[in-house]
Amino acid sequence: MAGKSGVTKAKKHKMTKWDKSQALWGWIFILPTMAGLIILNIWPLIQSVYQTFFRTGDFGKGNVFVGLENYQQLFQDTEVWQALWNTFKYSLIEVPFSIILGLILAVLLNKKIAGRTFYRAVFFLPMVAAPAAVAMVWRWLYNTKFGLINNIFHTNIEWISNPSTAWISIGVIGVWSVLGYNMILFLAGLQEIPYDYYEAAQVDGANGVYEFFKITLPLLSPTVFFVMVTRIIGALQVFDLIYMVMDKSNPALPKTQSIVYLFYQYSFVNHNKGYGSAIALLLVICVLIITAIQMKLQKKWVFYY
Amino acid sequence: MSQSKKVNKVINTVIIQAVLIFFSILMIVPFAWMFLTSFKTVTEATSVNPFVIFPKVWKTDAFVTVWNNMSFPLLYKNTLLLIFWRVVCACATATFAGYAFARLKFPGKNLMFSLVLIQMMIPSQIFTIPQYTMISSLQMTNTMFALVFPGLVTAFGTFLLRQAYMQLPKDLEEAARLDGCSIPQTFVFIMAPLARSSMVALGIFTAVFAYKELLWPMVVCTDAKKEPLAAALATMQGQYATNYPQLMAASLIACIPMIILYLIFQKQFIQGIATSGTKL
Repeated sequence: MAGKSGVTKAKKHKMTKWDKSQALWGWIFILPTMAGLIILNIWPLIQSVYQTFFRTGDFGKGNVFVGLENYQQLFQDTEVWQALWNTFKYSLIEVPFSIILGLILAVLLNKKIAGRTFYRAVFFLPMVAAPAAVAMVWRWLYNTKFGLINNIFHTNIEWISNPSTAWISIGVIGVWSVLGYNMILFLAGLQEIPYDYYEAAQVDGANGVYEFFKITLPLLSPTVFFVMVTRIIGALQVFDLIYMVMDKSNPALPKTQSIVYLFYQYSFVNHNKGYGSAIALLLVICVLIITAIQMKLQKKWVFYY
Repeated sequence: MSQSKKVNKVINTVIIQAVLIFFSILMIVPFAWMFLTSFKTVTEATSVNPFVIFPKVWKTDAFVTVWNNMSFPLLYKNTLLLIFWRVVCACATATFAGYAFARLKFPGKNLMFSLVLIQMMIPSQIFTIPQYTMISSLQMTNTMFALVFPGLVTAFGTFLLRQAYMQLPKDLEEAARLDGCSIPQTFVFIMAPLARSSMVALGIFTAVFAYKELLWPMVVCTDAKKEPLAAALATMQGQYATNYPQLMAASLIACIPMIILYLIFQKQFIQGIATSGTKL
């Protein structure tokens, strides 16, 4: 070990022709991407944070410096906290249900059964449909008077206009939309589990349930972890569904509007970019905290083999 | 003994098939209802008593009306161009950067790569307002460039392709180097072709998400003729309010091309999405 590090140190003194060539081409290769990321993301991130200290003046009079006023308003704004709560409630439906159902379907489809390709294609179908179309057809299914759901079950439920049911109804659309995506990722993960593990278990006389909890789940836990992290980040950014399903006049809107929906309203409908930026920053902080917590907790349950 | 095992297996298969069929129905019903409603009249679609499932006469009026009102050929063209440029830009920039991050040694590499990682974690909405300000100060709202803009480069794609290059064997590069190949030659002729499948995965992933994007097109497109399909559908929902056959017909027209593409290239789609989601 000591000898090896001595060699690398000696190499560092003088760059060989090959090292120079690597340095040159390395930078040329990353230049377009880095330039793009700096212009499109890094600079905008700084700009957005800067913008939170300003308010768009009346009659389009440029930016007015307001110090911490946007933050003060943000902390007292019950609408924002309600929207944040709504977003969490949506995620609490979408993420666990889409993961559990996706996992069950993936395990069932990982066996040699008739119609495997057909089922896989069907479950994945919502992924390739325009979200606006998905939202419109669900709105129609949920329609209180003429909707398919109420007519089939002879009910009269206001699925999306009653504040106490609307968030669940929206969550159901979310689960329906991403179920197939999760399933595909789980299927890919399942196919990497060596078959020997199952053979060994079968020799020992293990049944399906035992196999699932003692072999499949631990070995699949890195995939489950990855899907969970990305799905939570995705769910916290829910916008399309709320925007398309909930009308402005819908009485359940205050109890369902998400944080990104509110961001869109403030930034691009009310043109209050300072406050909009503050809302976006709140979302960023929430996402980073939740992701950090998950990274910490993963040691307790994710099994890397 | 073997008899009871066989019976058990049959019961198992029946239960599994029943579960799968049940979920298939749940997945298909919304699409089927979209299809059936689009061929009905408004009265038929909103008749409660008797409740109508199949249209009595398959009417194409709704399709004709929305087709005439919504200039779909133009919307298809916008969407196709948006997807095309997003895919080209993502693949072209990410494959070079991904290779450099995976295989080349250069000063500042770790710092630059941490910039890539940061962006993968941050919700994109924080970039939206400044990106919009740039586009509007360039007076480029309602252009194809504006639609493509946030997707000119991709942190996610860079990361994905870096992972792909890292998994390739090193001896090929060594051999090429001994044969006197320069770095660009090695990359273009040897390494890039080997990472083809990950590039296809990135392309499919980019295409699907470009097709589904809603917020950014609504922000930069105020002209209905410049919008992609997803945003145009959102606008049209406001105009047709409760004419469900027309809403469903428009949704169907907007979804059909992607669904057909998906059914034809099903294997590549699923493979691509699986690769882009699990090779990280």
